[in-house]
Amino acid sequence: MKKIIFLALFFFSQALLAIDPTDYRNAEEEQRFRSLAAELRCVMCQNQSLADSNAMIAKDLRLELLSLIREGKSDEEIKQFMVTRYTDFVLYKPPMRPGTWLLWFGPLLVLLFGALSVFVIVKKRSAAMPASSIPNNHPQDDSEQEW
Amino acid sequence: MSTRFLPLIAFIGLALLLFVGVRMNSGKDNSAIPSPLIGKPAPPFSLPVLNQQDRMIKTDDLKGQSYLLNVWGSWCPACQIEHPVITELAKSGKVKVVGYNYKDETEAANQWLQQFGNPYDLILFDEAGRVALDWGIYGAPETFLVDAGGIVRWKHVGPITPEIIEQEILPLLESKQ
Repeated sequence: MKKIIFLALFFFSQALLAIDPTDYRNAEEEQRFRSLAAELRCVMCQNQSLADSNAMIAKDLRLELLSLIREGKSDEEIKQFMVTRYTDFVLYKPPMRPGTWLLWFGPLLVLLFGALSVFVIVKKRSAAMPASSIPNNHPQDDSEQEW
Repeated sequence: MSTRFLPLIAFIGLALLLFVGVRMNSGKDNSAIPSPLIGKPAPPFSLPVLNQQDRMIKTDDLKGQSYLLNVWGSWCPACQIEHPVITELAKSGKVKVVGYNYKDETEAANQWLQQFGNPYDLILFDEAGRVALDWGIYGAPETFLVDAGGIVRWKHVGPITPEIIEQEILPLLESKQ
């Protein structure tokens, strides 16, 4: 058990080493760097965040990210910096614009459509209920039963 | 009766959506990020020329003539693949070809040029690769076309092929004359 924990810690620390470009000046800086690096997408290997990627460009962008933080840029300014160079692709959370409305509200639309369908079907069935609830299963009608 | 077909209609609708989605994306390199620079001025930079560390070239120095900016590095295997194509285009004299040596070492770069030839009018040397960020470059090879006014007109991620030159670069060059 101890071995497993040791190994897990060992590999985890290796992973962290890959992420950190340098020493942080303080905890706040580290916190900001980590959250931004997790929110930005690596442009080279697009299924990884900037924090996860080991690509050359991801390393460069992490360094750039840190220096932008040190320059006193706000999170918004930093994201804008990335977007003007690499488009919305770098944002894991796409911005709300007319072009992305379908992306943001599409699922809600589908949900509403589904709810409406269920509502209509239930309403129809309950309206038809009194008529169909009249027992019509006479023993003689067995021959008409569809099997 | 008509409600019986509703699921079928919904299914056909979904299938159609899938079909259109697949068709729209087939044959395209989806990993290539479109450049937000198209139609905008080339980002300002100041870079030394390969083997001439004292000779600095600025964005404005390249104005007055359209040029192809070809990102390459001796570490990049795909650059070798496109190199003959770039060479041929440069030899044809149809456009000035500027090399952007990206995150490379002088010695390795020179060796590579010796082996595969140097078709470039000029090679900018960026060891740190900082300028690449401003251009939205994220790998090599990448190629930009910048017009005489210094406006970025076109970008391609990945190796250039003769088809790309024929169908994309040459028409752009002709449309401006």
